Amino acid sequence: MKLFIINSSIGRKLIMSLSGLFLFLFLTLHCFLNLFLLGGPSAYTAVNDIMELPVVTIMVPILAAGFVIHILYALWLYWQNYRARGEVGYASGKKSETTSWAARNMVILGLIVLLFIVLHLTQFWAKMQLQSFLGGANQVHADQSYDLVANQFRNPIVSILYIIWYWVLWFHLTHGFWSAFQTIGIDNKKWQPRLQIIGIIYATILAVCFTSINLYFLFGFGA
Amino acid sequence: MEKTIHITLKIWRQKGPQAKGAFETYQLNDISIDSSFLEMLDILNERLISEKKEPIVFDHDCREGICGMCSLYINGHPHGPDEDVTTCQLHMRKFKDGETIIVEPWRSRGFPVIKDLMVDRSAFDKIIQAGGFISVTTGGVPDANAIPISKEKADEAMDAASCIGCGACVAACKNGSAMLFVAAKVSQLALLPQGKMEASSRAKAMVAKMDELGFGNCTNTGACESECPKNVSISHIARLNREFLKAKFKD
Repeated sequence: MKLFIINSSIGRKLIMSLSGLFLFLFLTLHCFLNLFLLGGPSAYTAVNDIMELPVVTIMVPILAAGFVIHILYALWLYWQNYRARGEVGYASGKKSETTSWAARNMVILGLIVLLFIVLHLTQFWAKMQLQSFLGGANQVHADQSYDLVANQFRNPIVSILYIIWYWVLWFHLTHGFWSAFQTIGIDNKKWQPRLQIIGIIYATILAVCFTSINLYFLFGFGA
Repeated sequence: MEKTIHITLKIWRQKGPQAKGAFETYQLNDISIDSSFLEMLDILNERLISEKKEPIVFDHDCREGICGMCSLYINGHPHGPDEDVTTCQLHMRKFKDGETIIVEPWRSRGFPVIKDLMVDRSAFDKIIQAGGFISVTTGGVPDANAIPISKEKADEAMDAASCIGCGACVAACKNGSAMLFVAAKVSQLALLPQGKMEASSRAKAMVAKMDELGFGNCTNTGACESECPKNVSISHIARLNREFLKAKFKD
């Protein structure tokens, strides 16, 4: 009975839901801290000092676990759903109206997001926090981190790729948000449209904030 | 004067569960737009019989939209392009003159094809047998007003109970999930005092059976709701999730 998070479909989805909401929290915090980039090098350096505190270090494996669980469960569920669909597809296609386009494409949207996360981690995290875990010889410290971000984001190709990434993520989040509440069971006829709208607003705020940071550097501010 | 149309049908023919199926094309002329989709198939079958060919196998029974026997995936939609009706209540006036209509069986691992357009939906019966009932002895008929039930609850339970178990939700689902069906059956009982006694065991047993029979995991895509001929809402799925998780955390 205790293994229902592995053995039952609703249990597995509960894990997707909770890990998804956890990643939502992380993304919110990440977005909030990044907004300090708009305040110039001194503001951002102050924030980055926080990032070198032990409490953040403790959270790193928990966050990584959140990502890994969310991704592994997604692939597992996708595989099961792929098999449940049956071997023969519909020749006349699937024309049913659904809650959103994103709802039908969560896995592919998720994989695109994941691809960019790999790029993102090699660009920043590998040069900053990872180095401190490895002993700190080549680490880009808090006081240099603003320049690191500024240099990357002034590159138009990098910045445009990032902006595309945010809006792919936007699609993923718009379905993910209300879907998480539906799975936990905190949803009904009255709250479904409300949660869907809150999800869209939430995702839009995150995507707009992230995008504005890239545009800020792209247009030569913060030099 | 009666209006008629000419149509081309592409219908899935499959000799048996293990046989490989394929589409066959049929030309039908002068079909009255007032005939139902199944009457149109009857006309085709009459013709096939007179030509000494094997008629097309499809499920049907009451032909008034309440038994849940008819199925058919027509032009990308379970129960065809019309809203909130079963295939038996779909009329040929919904199609244009000269249109090509593709007719397929429900596609899902949980519903294997028996022959042509007929699929085995006994998986739904097995899910009901796992817990979709009330086993408390109620004695004599109680006074109707002795157990007060709020109007909202009664309405909600009645909406859930309108599910006819046709399987359109599974057919529409990209994950082959039976969650809307199970949710409707759990909801209709969980909402009423008579069903509350066994609410926990029912939710667990029915979900376990659903998973065992190879139905997929719900991703809240909502295709089921839009294709349901009885308009069963996915808010019942949220209730099923709630009932199931509550039961599991109680253990």
